[in-house]
Amino acid sequence: MSLAAPSLSACPACVAAPSAEDIASRAAEQKDAGIVLSLPTAHCAVCISDVERTLSAVPGVRSARVNLTLKRVSVAAEPRVTPGMLIERLDGIGYPAHELDPGLLSVTETDKRSRDLLMRLGVAGFAMMNIMLLSIAVWSGAEATTRDMFHWISALIALPTIAFSGQPFFASAWTSLKARRLGMDVPISLALILASAISLFETIEGGHHAYFDAAVSLCFFLLAGRYLDYRSRAVARSAAEELAALEVPRAVRIEEDEEKTVTIAELAVGDLVRVRPGARMPVDGVVTEGASEIDRSLLTGETLPVYAGQGSVVSAGEVNLTGPLTVRVTAAGKDSSLHRMADLVAVAENARTKYTSLADRMARLYSPSVHILAFSSFAVWMYLTGDLRLAVNIAAAVLIITCPCALGLAVPAVVTAASGKLFRKGFLIKDGTALERLAEVDTVVFDKTGTLTMGEPEPLGLMRHAPADLELIAALAGASAHPLSRALAMKLAAEGVRPARLQDLREVPGSGVEGTWNGAKVRLGRAEWLGAAPGARTATWFARGAAAPVELPFADSPRPGADVAVRGLLSAGKRVILLSGDAEAPVAALAGTLGIPEWSAGVRPEDKAARVAALTGEGHRVLMVGDGLNDTAALAGAHVSISPATALDAARTASDIVLLGQDLAPLSDALRIAVAARRRIKENFALSLAYNVVAVPVALIGLATPLLAALAMSTSSITVSLNALRLK
Amino acid sequence: METLLYLIPVSLFLGGVGLVAFLWSLKHRQYEDLEGDANRILSDDWDKHPKP
Repeated sequence: MSLAAPSLSACPACVAAPSAEDIASRAAEQKDAGIVLSLPTAHCAVCISDVERTLSAVPGVRSARVNLTLKRVSVAAEPRVTPGMLIERLDGIGYPAHELDPGLLSVTETDKRSRDLLMRLGVAGFAMMNIMLLSIAVWSGAEATTRDMFHWISALIALPTIAFSGQPFFASAWTSLKARRLGMDVPISLALILASAISLFETIEGGHHAYFDAAVSLCFFLLAGRYLDYRSRAVARSAAEELAALEVPRAVRIEEDEEKTVTIAELAVGDLVRVRPGARMPVDGVVTEGASEIDRSLLTGETLPVYAGQGSVVSAGEVNLTGPLTVRVTAAGKDSSLHRMADLVAVAENARTKYTSLADRMARLYSPSVHILAFSSFAVWMYLTGDLRLAVNIAAAVLIITCPCALGLAVPAVVTAASGKLFRKGFLIKDGTALERLAEVDTVVFDKTGTLTMGEPEPLGLMRHAPADLELIAALAGASAHPLSRALAMKLAAEGVRPARLQDLREVPGSGVEGTWNGAKVRLGRAEWLGAAPGARTATWFARGAAAPVELPFADSPRPGADVAVRGLLSAGKRVILLSGDAEAPVAALAGTLGIPEWSAGVRPEDKAARVAALTGEGHRVLMVGDGLNDTAALAGAHVSISPATALDAARTASDIVLLGQDLAPLSDALRIAVAARRRIKENFALSLAYNVVAVPVALIGLATPLLAALAMSTSSITVSLNALRLK
Repeated sequence: METLLYLIPVSLFLGGVGLVAFLWSLKHRQYEDLEGDANRILSDDWDKHPKP
């Protein structure tokens, strides 16, 4: 940096006084902006050092630290450093990045909970190992006083551990009891408390069997399952929610020759709002002044920019492309089209939350049967022998042996392994049951713009034109920020075309760019402006002097991997449908290129949702892949949904899985992993039930020993975890 | 048998040291980015001298 950093001291002389400068810099340090960026492609040691070195070299950045597990980088920087600058730098070295809302509060909150669980897990693990050590001595034949002493030491370790590490179970059991339900945690808590109480009683009485080891290892294995479950969900949830919102919550209101930035909630019908080029419409309204082109692709899926002049109707969410517009508000806040769309989403989401996961179904069966089993064994032994101590002992043994150690691990271990695999492929699972739902999918519905395509126009057959014309086009295109112009300029620069030198270069908002070259007028812009007949496809027109205008067509390039994904899905026997709001010609072309047999063009948002609902009604399980506001209702209504990270905030919120990278190719792989994961979960259930089938009768006839309980518990937990790791 | 009187406290103490070490590492956020740490040892950025 050649310029000296601006001094914070009041006068040049003050710089001499180190203390003043010191205080000021310390104050600046406190105001440091914490920037968090998502780095979907980071995966190795080189990535870490590349990113950290590049970011640290940016003036104003104090430190940058990559977290590879979360694929994020946190940057501490002076306020003048904006996330946009850093994203640009990273793009330059080949690492696409998205801004994340640091949302510090929520991050530390989930952080705290998972660290809390980990701490309880660590304490339980410590206690378990020590008690097992003592228990082995007892099992191998320690007698009388020695056995009693070992039991007492075990009690000293176990009781505080259960009281501390068991708290998550006790708390959740208490809440479900208060709500008059029998959750999974009620039998767990009962087993923990009963086992500790019985063992303490036996220790005092000098009995043979104490179940301290079983109680503590039960606690340890269950906490491990709980931690895995929490961790995988919290990581995904926080990352997905923090992807920065694209929506503008603010608008510029014109008040008696003065412009004022206000929140959208403050706007009323009849207000005048100024919308700058490149900004999103904050409200529904009518254009009163100015001319421009509008990109409505996020609302309707149309790729063709639409002309907007005085009297044109605009909707919230559309992007103003070229000229400044003044808009009279006709609907804001609750009545705006953006909000109506959000209402559709809410309705669709309510319908979906009724899904019960495999684990829930299992727990619903499991809890009552365990209670009945334990209670009836108590009753029968009480009736047969009349020995309270024996009956309670046997009931406790039944509870411990049936306790869902393996059940508690069965789902989280598989989900953790599967979501880790999917995360490395670029899929972020936001919802706990999304994986199971993904496994049931038989129909895949795609949106076009921004999902199967990149949503960025690419010039077609441009290099066919004469080199002299290309130089003129490059010069004209370079003068505008319109997406078509930018695409032209980028393509020509990449081809090595040097722009011609033009005079009087100016942009005519809503129409195009014009200039003078060797006394002749050259123009690049809309067909109507140049006096040509507009075609059906996305195109801009170029005219040189009085010559007839030439069409420069564009196509939206397919997303990398889209063809692989579609082919994979079709060969896996899935039904693939393309629903787009775009015109028929581009949709048909894309469906042809990718080989999608079923497609519809010009589909309105409500129709998309209705189509998904109709498919669901026919008994299909629909996976919806979409990015726009026009897809949101369909995303929320589908059985499971995926949206790319570039999607509109509302779309990402409505979907269960976010695609972090650009590549769509792993999609069919993701479906395969989901199916495999579901199979593993079912196998795990079968495994843990098999252990119960063997061990429960032994406990019921009163032959269970602490050794047997410990063996059954650890082998079943380990088998289940190993089975989860088999996931390929 | 008297050795038990020494050995049990010793084993408990050693286990306790391990537990304290675990709690310390937890408090100092050593488990935030396991994958990153595994990869960082391969980087030769600070091989000559430690990061200042």
